[in-house]
Amino acid sequence: MIQATTKQSIESKPRKYNNKLRLKNGLIGWSFIAIATAMIGLFYFYPMAQALILSFQSGAGANLQFVGFDNYLRLFTDPTFIAAVKNTVIYLIIQVPIMIILALLISVLLNDKKLKLKGFFRTAIFLPCITSLVAYSVVFKYLFGTDGIINQLLINVSLISEPIQWLTDPFWAKVTIIIAITWRWTGYNMIFYLSALQNVDNSIYEAAKIDGANAFQQFFKITIPMLKPIILFTSITSTIGTLQLFDEVMNITKGGPGNATLTISQYIYNLSFKYTPDFGYAATVSYAIVIMIVIFSIIQFKVAGDKNA
Amino acid sequence: MHKVNRIFIYIILSIFTIVSIFPFIWMIVSATNKSSDVTKGRLVPGTHLVENFQNLINSVDLVPALTNSVIISISTTVLSLIIASLAGYGFEIYRSKAKDVVFTILLLSMMIPFAAMMIPLFRMFGTISQMAPGIGIDTLTSAMLPSITTAFLIFFFRQNTKMFPKELLEAGRIDGLTELGVFFRIFVPTMKTTYAAAAIITFMASWNNFLWPLVVLQSPENHTIPLLISNLGSSHSPDFGIIMTTIVIATLPTALIFFLLQKHFVAGMMGSVK
Repeated sequence: MIQATTKQSIESKPRKYNNKLRLKNGLIGWSFIAIATAMIGLFYFYPMAQALILSFQSGAGANLQFVGFDNYLRLFTDPTFIAAVKNTVIYLIIQVPIMIILALLISVLLNDKKLKLKGFFRTAIFLPCITSLVAYSVVFKYLFGTDGIINQLLINVSLISEPIQWLTDPFWAKVTIIIAITWRWTGYNMIFYLSALQNVDNSIYEAAKIDGANAFQQFFKITIPMLKPIILFTSITSTIGTLQLFDEVMNITKGGPGNATLTISQYIYNLSFKYTPDFGYAATVSYAIVIMIVIFSIIQFKVAGDKNA
Repeated sequence: MHKVNRIFIYIILSIFTIVSIFPFIWMIVSATNKSSDVTKGRLVPGTHLVENFQNLINSVDLVPALTNSVIISISTTVLSLIIASLAGYGFEIYRSKAKDVVFTILLLSMMIPFAAMMIPLFRMFGTISQMAPGIGIDTLTSAMLPSITTAFLIFFFRQNTKMFPKELLEAGRIDGLTELGVFFRIFVPTMKTTYAAAAIITFMASWNNFLWPLVVLQSPENHTIPLLISNLGSSHSPDFGIIMTTIVIATLPTALIFFLLQKHFVAGMMGSVK
């Protein structure tokens, strides 16, 4: 709109040729980004705004009425929502650190210049990342079945005498989900650390060795500080991913037993498409994820920032 | 002392390797065994691969699901690459303060969880259904439209455009090419590796997409591979031989892409941190 009016006013003064040319170039620039901007507006920001409006409405199916903050108050007394938040936070604070530490450990080991078979190890450990979330989840569901191969192997080596109820015990079901996600994503994070490590100047380690620093000191005093930006990046992406966890839980445990493995995304799905649809309340629950993503991202930035000081 | 350390490193890496590969081995071995052997945890390849495949073709709608997945993934990839590369190029080459603000806003969309957009999107496509049923709910188009444009891909193309030699663009302009001509004749052919990496990320994401297709594709004839696997996995009397064969077939395209284009594959993943 503003573009159009300025264009007219300039065209009425033809002697300002340079301005007109600049404007034409400006319009060309905008036209390059127009489709993408419109698509993201339509498929991201418009739904996001709609969800906010919906979160103040309630009712079954299309019969929605404004209810003010009722939905938000309902969150605090909804046992299923509280269970879903608790599960999601448990996955987050247990799985993300384990995965990042494992990925760091593997990448430091693989960064050894004299290591043989490096390419083989790297490819093998990265391999889980090529699987689809649904496919690997179904595979894990059968691997961890009561009669599944994991239980059989554990019994064969006498680590356990009774099969573990990996999928039907509330505690072990969570463990199964955490093992599954860690299997799928450790290699992914490892690749980021490996490429960052390759940019670290080896002479720093040489100097540290001369000063008598052992492997642990080198790891904590050199490697971790050098990789801090990338560790922050991967922990934020992992956090956002975990807060949105859906495919794995849906296909491994369906959220059960009871609601022991239910995630927030899955609860939103159930509220909208499994139970009598309550789109308004489901939208309120979805805003809970948005708020959690913002809070956790701020915390991670703060933690990383403090170490700087 | 040093030698002991080295052996220790190999042992740790071997354990991680076995853990990473074991599910693949089990999956492939199970595809060659009959269902009862799979439940017994048989780890030796059997002779039932052909039988499993025949049962699969007879009892599961594999071919329609494969066709749907191929159509959706390839169309999404082609459209994504065109739209995102135009935008990434536009933001960098025609840089201005206002465009940088728009760019930052677009990046914010990466923080929006899909679950928060799912319901309004579903209602939106419900409205579209009444006006244009061809692109409304339960059509392949509706399954791909929301995922065609991602801020990540725009960001990826913009980052890569930064390294593009700008003199080439001037040369093209002097030769009388239009701005769009410069883009298609000079930028696109020079940036082949960037496009390859972007194509891999987009194809993989689309091929594996689950939640939105689950919501929007209701009739079985429109199902994609992930929906098919999910349904097979939750059936009450599963035939494990068939399921594992399906999973192997579904994993083959991404495995092929990975092994043939490993360099681009990793480049695509790392694109965000360059």
